[in-house]
Formats: sequence, C-alpha cells, structure tokens
Amino acid sequence: MEPEVVLQVKNLKTYFTTSKGTAKAVDGVDFTLHKGETLGIVGESGCGKSMTSLSLLRLIPSPPGKIVDGEILLNNKDIVTMKEDELRKVRGNQISMIFQEPMTSLNPIIPVGEQIAETVRLHQRLSRKAAWQKAVDLLELVGLPSPEKRAKQEPFQLSGGMRQRVMIAMALACTPEVLIADEPTTALDVTIQAQILELMKDLQKQIGMSIIFITHDLGVVSEVCDQVAVMYAGQVVEHRSARDLFNSPLHPYTQGLLASLPKIHENQEELQTIEGAVPSPYDYPAGCRFADRCQHARAICRAEAPVLEAVGGTESKVRCFMYTEKWETAAEEEEVLCP
Amino acid sequence: MSVMEKEPILEVNHLKQYFPLKKESLFSPKQTVKAVDDISFKLYPGETLSIVGESGCGKSTTGRSILRLDEPTEGEVLFNGASMTSLSKKELREMRGDIQVIFQDPYASLNPRQTIRKMLQEAMTIQNVMPKKQMEARMLELMSLVGLRPEYLERYPHEFSGGQRQRIGIARALCVNPKVIICDEAVSALDVSIQAQIINLLKRMQRDLDLTFLFISHDLSVVRHISDRVIVMYLGSIVEIADKDSLFDRPSHPYTRALLSAIPSTDEQQKKTRIILKGDVPSPINPPTGCRFHTRCPFATDLCKTDVPELRALTPTHKVACHYAETLLSSPPV
Repeated sequence: MEPEVVLQVKNLKTYFTTSKGTAKAVDGVDFTLHKGETLGIVGESGCGKSMTSLSLLRLIPSPPGKIVDGEILLNNKDIVTMKEDELRKVRGNQISMIFQEPMTSLNPIIPVGEQIAETVRLHQRLSRKAAWQKAVDLLELVGLPSPEKRAKQEPFQLSGGMRQRVMIAMALACTPEVLIADEPTTALDVTIQAQILELMKDLQKQIGMSIIFITHDLGVVSEVCDQVAVMYAGQVVEHRSARDLFNSPLHPYTQGLLASLPKIHENQEELQTIEGAVPSPYDYPAGCRFADRCQHARAICRAEAPVLEAVGGTESKVRCFMYTEKWETAAEEEEVLCP
Repeated sequence: MSVMEKEPILEVNHLKQYFPLKKESLFSPKQTVKAVDDISFKLYPGETLSIVGESGCGKSTTGRSILRLDEPTEGEVLFNGASMTSLSKKELREMRGDIQVIFQDPYASLNPRQTIRKMLQEAMTIQNVMPKKQMEARMLELMSLVGLRPEYLERYPHEFSGGQRQRIGIARALCVNPKVIICDEAVSALDVSIQAQIINLLKRMQRDLDLTFLFISHDLSVVRHISDRVIVMYLGSIVEIADKDSLFDRPSHPYTRALLSAIPSTDEQQKKTRIILKGDVPSPINPPTGCRFHTRCPFATDLCKTDVPELRALTPTHKVACHYAETLLSSPPV
C-alpha cells in the first residue's frame, strides 16, 4: 500500500535577478514526500538545495529572489499562491524548519524556554504558564538534561549540541507534518552528530512526521534517509530509495560523488575525482548540465536537455540519456558522424 | 616500521598550552583553560602524522604551539634536534621557512589586496629563497605543480573558487621549500569532489617533494586515507597513538572506538555497530579527575575516576592511555 503524499513539488523554479543577470538557483525541481518518510536532498555547495528548502516556505529574500514557476502542494494546497496570513499558519504549524547554526536562529538574550513558549502561544491558545510547561516538556522530549533549569538559561550558556536540541524542540512545538532540516548536524562533532541523528529518528517514530533532510554529507543521508534526491546545478538528477542509490548509483554525477568519498574501511592509493567545475547558474548549457564533466557524454547530451524520468518500470528516477532508448540511436548516429 | 628507525624531524616533549581566563570578579579564583595538557610525540621525515579529535580537544592549539604562533606554557619542541622554544625572533623567522602551515579557510589567510604573484614573491623574498631573477620561473613551476593556469598569477583571491584558493594556499606554502607542512583542517571546508582533488594533490606533493605532513583534522575518513600514523586527542591529551592500520583495525581506547563508530557511513554493515556516547565533552577549564574520558565512557570503573592512565605501548607501534585496553581488545567490538 502506497503511503499518502504529504508534499509534492512540481517544476519549482526560483530565480535571482542581479546586476550580473538571472541566476537560476532552482531550475525545475520535482520531488514527492510521503507520510512518515525521510527524504534527503544532497548536493555540493551551490547546487540549489538550500534555496529549494527556503522556497518551500517562501522564505526566499525577495527581491532579488522570486519563485517564477512551479507548484508546492502541501496536502493538495499550493503554497506558491497562498496568501500571507494563510502562509503564517502553515509556517511552524504544518511545516517547521531547523538550520545549521542554532546560534543564529535563537535570540541571544532571551531564555530558551521562553523562546519555545512564545512559539507555542503563537499557534495555540494557551496560558503563559501552560506554554512554559509545554516548553519544559518539549526540552525533556529532546533529551536535554535537567530541562527545568536549562529552560531558564540563555543560548550562550548551552553547548552546540544542546542548542540544536532546543531548535528541534521549538520546531516540534506544534507537531508539524513536515520538518525541514537544513544541514542540522554539519556544525556538530561526530559523536554529538550521532546523538542528534538518533534523536531525530526516535522523534519521527513517535510523532510520525515526514522529514526533508538537506545535507552535503552522503554518510548522513545513508544513515537517516528513506528516499534521496541528488541535486546538481539547480535540478534533481536522481531520485530513488537510499538503498538503491548507494548500492547502484545511476547518474554519472552520483557515481562520481560516491567514488570520491574516502572510505573508512579500506586503504586506497588515489581518490577518484570529478574533473572540471559546476557550470555557472547565470549561464547553464542547453543540453545536460553535467555533460562537460561526464566521461560518457555523447553528442545528444550537449544538444538536448534530459528529463527526470523513471528507469525501466521501477520507482527510480534519473535525468540521463544513458537510461533511455535514445542512447543506442545516439551511438549509431555518432558512428555515422565520426567513423 | 621502517620510518621509526630514522631520526625524528620534529619532536614534541611534554607540551603544555594553558590560556588564563579573565577573572569574573576580584576575589574569584584564577582559572585556566588547559587546551593542551602534557603531550609528547615524534614526527619522522617523509611521513604523514594525523591528529584527530573533536572541537576543543586541542588539536589546532598543538599545531599553533609548534609554530610558536602561541607561546607554549611549558615543554619543548625540537626541530632536527634543535630546540625551537628558545629561538630568537630572527631565528624563528628562518625556522618558519622550514615549517609551513595550510589553514582551513584559505580566504581568511590570503591578503585580498595582493595578487597571487605579489603574495608568492613576498614570501620568497622574506625567506630569501632565491635571487629575484629566478623567482619568475619558480612561480610558473609552482602554479603548474598545484594545477593552476600561469595567467592566474595576476589575479586576486576573490576571483577564485574554494578549491582553487586552497591550491593557492598550497603553492604559497611550497614556495619557500619547506620540509614540514602543518595542514590544519586543510580540506574540511571543501565539497567532496573538490576535497578528493586536493587530497590527491597533497599526496602527490609529498611523494615528489619529500615532504613531511602533520595533518590536523576531525574527519576520520580523510585521515585514514592520507596518514601513516594517527594521534587521537581528547580534552587536551593524547588517548591513542598508532600506525594507521593498527588504529583503524584494532582501536583500543573506548573513545577511539566511539569516534570511529559515530562516523555516518554509506556502508550497511557499519550501521549496526554504533556506540552512542552520552553527554557532551566536559569543559577544559575543569577537566574530570583521573581518566578524562570516564564521564562518558561506557566501561569506566572506580579506578578510572581516580587514576590518570599512562600512555603505554601495547605493541611497539601502538600506544594507548586506558587502564583496560587489553581487556577491551580481547572482547569483541561492541
């Protein structure tokens, strides 16, 4: 039985207009998030993963940024066309976000318990006292030791890991359906990261929410995600179950990315690299955006842009001509062209 | 191991680096952060020795103390047998030509108003590496060595991407013909595909130019890839030091084990054997008594709370500071 779809993103385009021209930060992103599922969005810096996540709640600084096309359907209601007051009910209530550096999202001079209570009172009709109690309960839920004492402390009195727990508590205050986590463990040490990832997995089981996990760390993705969308140059190039992705990556970019990771369990002489650099978002090539760095590229890759489509009757989607019928005909044509 | 028979190029003896804290009031007791608390190790020519640990464990402070960017509180550092802690300013400058450093964020360590040419020229002039006439040829050689185009010499740091800036950082370190390079989180800020390029470059440089690396990093996968030997630090002291294969195949300190198991992995097998440590790293102002790890250690006993474990040799190439290392080793991994 297919679980119900919570969030569906169709052909999302977020462009930035600057003096240098139009930067296509997000350029036709599609993905689907099911109930109770964790979807990882991975990619290297500048691929548009953070801009995608900000677009989901219309948090793009505007101007210069603008969602120029596409739909973001949350339970079949489109966030892109929503009015501001409706949107305010969605933010924090149905969709919450946590960020990489909790210190920049917390108010430095207000006790953390009060900040959580404020969020609670913004969305629910509760007395101050009840909201405070709820804040303490939430801090206990996220495993902060002696929550009553900690709730009265200011952010600087807490360690990095504790602050991230506070952010998670705040995000969960209204039991959202979707939690967007943008690099939530990147600034933390590995042993603390392991604690936070474990906590997020536990809470997801208890609350039954869906998580969108944005990260550049493929190891983290494989730890926590069910589904993965790999982004490159503003587009999703591969969207599959995490298990399939790590066992047999399809897109040449994903293959290159996995191969360039140093392995902890074996000794390697030389690491594999992906030659070249990402194309500029101001001027994407007409064909496949990875073609210039791809060792399999044929004439068709530079002439036509591939689309994200399912591979041979499976759930796996990939944006590459290698898995389409065109590939073989392209090969024959190439032989005719350069015998 | 054959490297061990050579004379060490750099020797660190009982290095301590304390930072005094500002008093909260006139009568409050004097407090110090013991960032590095009595560590000793040797660096042999041609090897890569890594220091790993979490933030605040003192790994970067160690690097800075060796270079005397911070004056060490106690202990000595010997370079080719000569003490570095008592050098005059002039001698220190000469020594810094032999030991170079590459930092995590090259953008923060490159002068934004100097072209690459100016930067390299200045470094070579200060260290008096060669006559001015030969510099041009040397600069072109360096650029091709680190994989940058010769015309980039005329550009400013902001015109480069992160990976290219790190290549410039490497070129600048190499331009004075150093013997030892300290890499402080040199690849941590880079994307994986770029990180792989820079790691390969560093390894090639080492092979071709006969360099010695002290590689400071929090990333154990990178450390496994690049090192010959590894030091694991926790709260200012060394908990384990071993050659690479021995450390990764038979981690003997409970902290090393936890650290290794905490790395998110794309490998299915690894996920099942996770050790999750409770709590945070204690404060280096008031480190725990006895073994510093006992507050988070799943195997801690009363002995660990009172007695500081010595760093002792399990095998000639594997030292560990834990009272129960043998028992832990004979037990199967948790």
